[in-house]
Amino acid sequence: MSTLMPKKSADNTPLEQRETMIECKDVNKWFGELHVLKNVDLTVKKGEVLVILGPSGSGKSTFIRTLNALEEIQQGSITIDGTTLTDDAGNIETIRKETGMVFQQFNLFPHMTILKNIMLAPIWVRKWPKDKVEKTALELLKRVGIPEQANKYPGQLSGGQQQRVAIARALAMQPKIMLFDEPTSALDPEMIKEVLDVMKELAGTGMTMVVVTHEMNFAREVADRIVLFDYGEIIESGTPGELFDNPKHDRTKLFLSQIL
Amino acid sequence: MGVNQADIMKETTVLQAPKKNRTVQKWLKDNMFSSWLNTFFTIALTILLFFLFKVILSWVLFSADWTVVSVHLKLLLAGQYPNAELWRVFLCIFLLSLLTGFSSGIWNGTMTQLGLFFAGLLALCLALPFVSVEAKIWNAASLLVLVCGYFGGKKLPLKKTVLFSWLMLFPVTIFLLSGFGILPKVGTNLWGGFLLTLLLAVVAIVASFPLGVLLALGRRSRLPAIKYFCVCYIEFIRGIPLITILYVAQLMVPLFLGQGIELNNAVRAMIGMTLFSAAYLAENVRGGLQSIPSGQYEASHALGFSTPLMTFFIILPQALRAVIPAMVGQFIAIFKDTTLVTIVGIIDILGMAQNVAKNPTFLGKEMELFLFVAAVFFVFCSMLSYVSRRLERSLGVGER
Repeated sequence: MSTLMPKKSADNTPLEQRETMIECKDVNKWFGELHVLKNVDLTVKKGEVLVILGPSGSGKSTFIRTLNALEEIQQGSITIDGTTLTDDAGNIETIRKETGMVFQQFNLFPHMTILKNIMLAPIWVRKWPKDKVEKTALELLKRVGIPEQANKYPGQLSGGQQQRVAIARALAMQPKIMLFDEPTSALDPEMIKEVLDVMKELAGTGMTMVVVTHEMNFAREVADRIVLFDYGEIIESGTPGELFDNPKHDRTKLFLSQIL
Repeated sequence: MGVNQADIMKETTVLQAPKKNRTVQKWLKDNMFSSWLNTFFTIALTILLFFLFKVILSWVLFSADWTVVSVHLKLLLAGQYPNAELWRVFLCIFLLSLLTGFSSGIWNGTMTQLGLFFAGLLALCLALPFVSVEAKIWNAASLLVLVCGYFGGKKLPLKKTVLFSWLMLFPVTIFLLSGFGILPKVGTNLWGGFLLTLLLAVVAIVASFPLGVLLALGRRSRLPAIKYFCVCYIEFIRGIPLITILYVAQLMVPLFLGQGIELNNAVRAMIGMTLFSAAYLAENVRGGLQSIPSGQYEASHALGFSTPLMTFFIILPQALRAVIPAMVGQFIAIFKDTTLVTIVGIIDILGMAQNVAKNPTFLGKEMELFLFVAAVFFVFCSMLSYVSRRLERSLGVGER
């Protein structure tokens, strides 16, 4: 779980030439009268780590939740790994199988042990054989650094440990894309690092990741590209260097001055 | 600085929580005689309680004539079930004991308590002087098999076999009791007393549980037809008294079924009680469903679960756990409500007590009879609520 691991060890082709994993065109969403997403256009390439920044209420969480149809959109189109999100339940199911999601509040299933939490979806949704799933689950727990907790219940774990289990649970489905919705916002400061370390390691393996976060150091270190949301639209987008050291838009400058 | 962790830890003194010295005298002084007013109340209430208990106990032990209960014990417990066929009832008890014994051996905890309760009841039957010899032999055998089952269960944890046997126990019981052509037929019109009360309650509870869960899920369905059917059903049933439903079940069910199918009184009452209980249970379960945070649904969807799989594996287990106390409350209520069937001419334990009280040789003995009925209900209901509390604790409801 070293932070010194070379980035993108899995693939060295430049981002532009890789296949597209997520393509959003002209995405619009309203909550009643409130226009929460305005003409969002965004493309994420295979193996890219995209970090979404923005003040609270800017629509960044809503946006990431539209990517696996937890929120409906009213206009525009979202295509994930070649499958376009429509009302078709089959399409939604396909996309949800291929995208793992990690939530701010972990959302582990409190009535199951850690191991069962991880194994449930691969067994019943993917229909993979149980012994193989169990082996993978134990390996994943080792990878996120808590193999000894396999038979405990979520309530017996610390917040950081629970979030690491949530990551392992999402990874057990072997998704092509991982979505992180403020994964460290509900954690005590001393536990943030252990979760970020797992995410860094994951980025190092070449996983396509979309991360909504307030962790600026993580964004600077790990992101290939950062987009800044405000009032439901993308204000600015660029590499960490461009955005942090040389922001073009006034609202970006204001946002950065408030948090740095 | 050569300070290591252990040295730092030495510096901090560990304070023990102060121990409470609990002696009887101190407790009395602190709680009963701490002021003049408290002393006055303590003494006054003690005198009051003394006389109350004296009156009650002297009536129960000396004035009351319990022969009315002992003479009619068979009627009160098994109704007019033919004496020659009583062995079938005992065989059911025997099988129940065997399974209870095995289960308490396998699962320990709550099941052991249930086993102890059951053993206590059987032992009580053995100890009472007026119980018939046949009953004593059967009960002794049941007690023996219960104890053997306990040790057997410890040795051979055949969980699946035992669970399956529990599922089979109910049809086997019904088969044994009614005969169904193989054994001499005993019509349900002859079932009565506490046997009938128990059967009514068990059927109502077991059958209304899945029905109630389905109604609760249906009420939250996005399909309007299902949703409004469930809403109407639940609200309609909750809007009318149980007695009405029992009457309707007696009069209307035969009409709906048309000619040729003859359902007897007891089965009709079972249907009525089940339909009634299901509506209330549905509302309890709905409460549990509403207590599940939206994050659980989102996480399940994000993992690709379809709604049926999600409901079965993630939502229902949590929802049902959350409402165990309310559900057991509903079960206890339905158990006691079975006494209402007397009104539609079915003789349960209470109806039997009323009939016995009319016997000219035992005129004026209602008090003894009804106290006996009350005691039977009290024992079973408090057992139910005790088991529910144990179940809550072992499933860890309160903590989370």
